[in-house]
Amino acid sequence: MSSDRISSSGLGWFLTGARGIFSLPALILMTSFVGFSAFALESGISRGEAVFMTLSIWALPAKMILIGSMTSGAGLAACFIAVTLSSVRMMPMVASIVPEMRTQRTPVWLLLFLSHFVAITAWVFTNNTIHHVPREARIAYFAGFGITLTLVNTVIVAVCYGLVAAFPPLVAGVLFFLTPVYFVVSIWATARHAVVRIAFVIGVVAGPLFAMIEPEFDVLYAGVGGGTLAYLIDRALRKRALAAKEKAS
Amino acid sequence: MIAELKPYLFIALAGWIATDIWRWLGVLAGNRLREDSEALYWVRAVATALVMAVTAKLIVFPTGTLAASPLWIRLTAAGGGFAAFLLAGQRIPVGVITAILLLAGLLVLMP
Repeated sequence: MSSDRISSSGLGWFLTGARGIFSLPALILMTSFVGFSAFALESGISRGEAVFMTLSIWALPAKMILIGSMTSGAGLAACFIAVTLSSVRMMPMVASIVPEMRTQRTPVWLLLFLSHFVAITAWVFTNNTIHHVPREARIAYFAGFGITLTLVNTVIVAVCYGLVAAFPPLVAGVLFFLTPVYFVVSIWATARHAVVRIAFVIGVVAGPLFAMIEPEFDVLYAGVGGGTLAYLIDRALRKRALAAKEKAS
Repeated sequence: MIAELKPYLFIALAGWIATDIWRWLGVLAGNRLREDSEALYWVRAVATALVMAVTAKLIVFPTGTLAASPLWIRLTAAGGGFAAFLLAGQRIPVGVITAILLLAGLLVLMP
């Protein structure tokens, strides 16, 4: 990546971002969307509906939950609540990358439009690479990656729907496992602040724990409660480090 | 015509709006955060804990074919992959490949 050369070309950075489609996280997500098209067919969702979901909802867990609720015969309100509860994480995810992406001149409507392309993979990829991109090019770079990733996966769903009825169980299992395993290692690898590693450990333990205690709001408790606990631990550690530094000097 | 559009309207309301509303709130909240602010530390912590809670649940309580597999195999594969990733100097592909090989190997050997 030629981040040392200051490029004034927004298109150039858009294309640099678009080339991220050949990265490991993008390839793993694409295999997940092949799996999704098989799941949609199996659940009685039409090709057009599956394509529309991919373009309009984008986040894979939200789509799985919507299909699960729809096929169980839940009404509009119940489906909305199930999907929206599972998508609360989008707010802190987007909020944590916006301060690193925008400049003082970035219009809000552009951020609102681009936020649609944020899901876990794009979030991890952005956290991982945005620091190699000059600030004024970050919006173009993210747009290139996010829009390309969404459109390519929409095409994958359109093409693969009906093509793959079902994988052999072992292949399906391995494909399903790729995504969480990738998130585990990549989020740890891209953590630039100690607070992220502390929240990582607490989230991993609290997620399954709360799923057994309070299955309806488990992710909310684990995320908001666990995240706040991680923040408090990190703040105490930072204060202690600062005090030790002042004592030493 | 109207009947054909009905499922799309359903998806737009219960799916599209239900997810994008949080992304839009994230933009409005993030726009007020300074890059070095204390509040941004908290937002990062909550975002990471939420994502990891979802991720850990995918491993511990999977859907589909893996739902029938023993928990210890999934935990060994994920834990072994993470250990290999750390030992290899935090190389992401090493972690992913080790976890996948462990999962496939254990599923074949211990059905």
